[in-house]
Amino acid sequence: MTTDARTGDKETVERPVPGQDLETPDYKVIGRRLPRHDARDKVYGQTKYADDRPIDGMLHAKVLRSQYAAARLVSIDTSAAAQMPGVHTVLTAKDVPCNETTSKFGQTHTAGGFEGLYRVLADKKVRYMGEAVALVAAETLEQAELAARAIKVEYEPLPGVFDPREAMKPDAYRVGEEDSNLVCTYKIRRGDVDEAFKTADVVVENTYHVPFGDHVYIEPESGVAWIDEDDVITIRASTQVIEHFRDIADIMKVPHNKVRVIAPMLGGGFGGKEDITVEAFLALLTWRTKRPVSLTFSREESLLAHSKRHPYFMTYRTGATADGKLVALDAELISDAGGYAYLSPWVLLYSTVCATGPYKVPHVKVDAYTVLTNNTFTSAYRGFGAPQVCFAYELQMDALAEKLGLSPLELRELNYLHTGDETGTGHVMQTAVWTDETAREAYAALGKPTTPRSPRERIGRGLASGMQSYGRLIYMHDTSRSYVGFELDGTLVVRCGVQDIGGGQASSLATIAAEVLGVPLDDVTVYFGDTALTPLAGTTTATRQLYMSGNATLKAARAVRDALAVKAGEMLGVNPECLDLKDRAFHVLAADGATCSPEELPGPLPLKDVLKACASAGIPLWNLAQFNAPAREVEDVQNVHGQILPDFTFGTHAAEVAVDIDTGQVQVLKFVAAFDVGQAINCLSAEGQLEGGSVCGLGYALLEDLKLNNGETMTPALDTYLVPTAKDTPDVVPIMLQSGGGIGPFGAKGIGEPSSTSGAPAIANAVADAIGVRINELPLTPERVLTALKTQEMDAAATGER
Amino acid sequence: MERYGVEIRVNGRPMKAEVAAADTLLEVLRDKLGALEVKNGCGQGDCGACTVLLDGKAVNSCLTLAVQADGADVITLKGLGTPDDPHPLQEAFVEHGAIQCGFCTSGMVLAAKSFLDENPDPTRDEIREGISGNLCRCTGYTKIVDAIEDVARRAKVGGRS
Repeated sequence: MTTDARTGDKETVERPVPGQDLETPDYKVIGRRLPRHDARDKVYGQTKYADDRPIDGMLHAKVLRSQYAAARLVSIDTSAAAQMPGVHTVLTAKDVPCNETTSKFGQTHTAGGFEGLYRVLADKKVRYMGEAVALVAAETLEQAELAARAIKVEYEPLPGVFDPREAMKPDAYRVGEEDSNLVCTYKIRRGDVDEAFKTADVVVENTYHVPFGDHVYIEPESGVAWIDEDDVITIRASTQVIEHFRDIADIMKVPHNKVRVIAPMLGGGFGGKEDITVEAFLALLTWRTKRPVSLTFSREESLLAHSKRHPYFMTYRTGATADGKLVALDAELISDAGGYAYLSPWVLLYSTVCATGPYKVPHVKVDAYTVLTNNTFTSAYRGFGAPQVCFAYELQMDALAEKLGLSPLELRELNYLHTGDETGTGHVMQTAVWTDETAREAYAALGKPTTPRSPRERIGRGLASGMQSYGRLIYMHDTSRSYVGFELDGTLVVRCGVQDIGGGQASSLATIAAEVLGVPLDDVTVYFGDTALTPLAGTTTATRQLYMSGNATLKAARAVRDALAVKAGEMLGVNPECLDLKDRAFHVLAADGATCSPEELPGPLPLKDVLKACASAGIPLWNLAQFNAPAREVEDVQNVHGQILPDFTFGTHAAEVAVDIDTGQVQVLKFVAAFDVGQAINCLSAEGQLEGGSVCGLGYALLEDLKLNNGETMTPALDTYLVPTAKDTPDVVPIMLQSGGGIGPFGAKGIGEPSSTSGAPAIANAVADAIGVRINELPLTPERVLTALKTQEMDAAATGER
Repeated sequence: MERYGVEIRVNGRPMKAEVAAADTLLEVLRDKLGALEVKNGCGQGDCGACTVLLDGKAVNSCLTLAVQADGADVITLKGLGTPDDPHPLQEAFVEHGAIQCGFCTSGMVLAAKSFLDENPDPTRDEIREGISGNLCRCTGYTKIVDAIEDVARRAKVGGRS
């Protein structure tokens, strides 16, 4: 790639060539471009997802959902439904042993201020349209659906409130039982923004709005449950968090060791399977009927009733000196939590922490609010609050650059954070920060501008840099465990309670173990996602699994290696430190300054012989290791300062777009994602994350808009809620930089969420570059583009008249 | 409810089922004929996850009635190739990293097969058009297009597709 960002003299966009590995120092499997270990099963149709293991005697479940967004539940009559053919049970709130708990998300440490109400089935008051009111289990799905329709629910409609800004007002309709709709607030007070703005030569202030979004994993929410021996409620479900087993047990009022959750391979997660979906319903129904029960949400149900990405209203004021240095940033963030809090407080905290982006801003004031409304509830979604603010701060940067007469890249280069600098909360970055490099590479890779294909087409290019954490809030005292052990034949087993949501979470653990223990990838089997049989590894969320479980696996593998090396050293008569374990054997390395030639060295000693000797001597062939993330107690949750998250991934998207000024249609012609991944564990897989994340950002930019009208979803199918098809996307160019400066295994950083965060603002900035007017709202639909052009035309005419 | 006997050859094996008039091919394949490799992503013809080959042509099995498939040949992902006798598309999808969660893979590979049968020498844009009825949420499509393009290129120099 050329590094000259200004001239960008490349003709075509260079794409990586299969078989070409990133340069990595001395690794055998790490960083290679290898097919993932789970890909073969998937391509031959052998992978069993949550809905792919029917059980004899299995019943089918249906959820009855509220037709009102805000209503008092006057009465529910299930008597007719219960008498219908094939029906085994009909359950309502009164049948749930503990219908109200706090929403926990697999954390094992209780941090104050984050837990909201989790209500299994609606009771007294309905808070959003689609809220679960009753459950049915019947012999067939059709019977369950008919019975659900026969349940008589009497509602008393209530006014409701549907805009978080309205809901914040003191006299607003109360969504829940509390006397305020405000779920929580955060603030940052750093320096003195009022004084700092006085020193600014240029100030830009804008209001931004981003919409509701749906995850649209291709596999809807799904699971099967049964009662196993010893009364263990066993749930095999598509979930990112098997450790909801504790919450399920609390709901069922049974001991924690009587609930087992298994997560098979998932057909996508993106945060939407972080909350409980089918698990509590399945537990209740199987417990009541003593029969296996299956429940899969329809696509409509998934779109109507499951969690959404938070819409935000954001007001940003950013000031800079004439020479382009940021001096102050003042932001107000208002997020719509929907009917229940779920993860809204956490998402908002991430937004607050990331509100200033990857920039040095000496004076910062942020006020953030998340508010209950009678809209569909909102929770985790790839990026977890970072994409919303990235859209705002990156459009602000371009607006500032324009006023200052600097190029977007120049202004950013003047302000990027570096190692040793403080983030917006005052977290001093100790790890690698390569945002500059990613921006230069991304922009350069756009090459020469494309020539418009018609006089009515405008070409524009834009970039956006992002800052996104990997690993959970350090308040959570996060931990993960992994077991690595050899079998006597030299094959390897990894047991780790990760959920594999499609990102290669299990495969990366196999790669790490294979690297350390000198075996080919094919020699490793990974057992994952089972609360009873695999060591608990926490959630597959927060871009944390490679970091957390990767480190736990690395620790366990190294312990096994070290124990075997002692035995091997003994057998070879050399110091274990002189041994290298590769190609299924211990090899003796010539020590520094040693004069012996390789022929004089003993060995190599086959791994199998060492394993046999260890087994005979009672030396364990396995290790179970725990990795603890950095932790601190919450001093003052609301007053956000210092280190909040373990580390960040930095990267830049660059886009070139064509805008048809007659139709308003935007086409992305080139799309580059340049990220410092620290160290790619599997090059092919990491590229896949960059490409997939980018297209998720493209959908956010141009298409995805879950529309609600007074709480009712107007886009309840995939022909109205549009996600990118292959036709909507260009070839994404992934550029991976490897600083080696992350805190994951081998210096890796997390890339799952960061790869998406800066995608939408890069496209929005490119559109603004093309048409000369900024649109501060997503998605950039043809209607919005045409309206912007029209406004621009009218403004120009008005100016002309003056 | 009236039932109809249908006979469908699934991956070359004749199979019989009693179906209702409204039963979809997807329901019958998954629930009655054990073809669980066929995926249900939306049930409304929008996502393409349930794509199978019906007499060689890609169809959304959720929009096809089982009775319409009476006497027809249905090929699912398992019928396209096996680990011992893989189809080049299956090998290419693995090799190019065109699979992440894998839930769209079944429909995507079969859509690609049907597309290449009709257009054995496509441009990348034609491939994108050809698979635009199949949604993938993980990969961003680039590697899927790479895999399909690679199969077409190799077929040109004497392989099969």
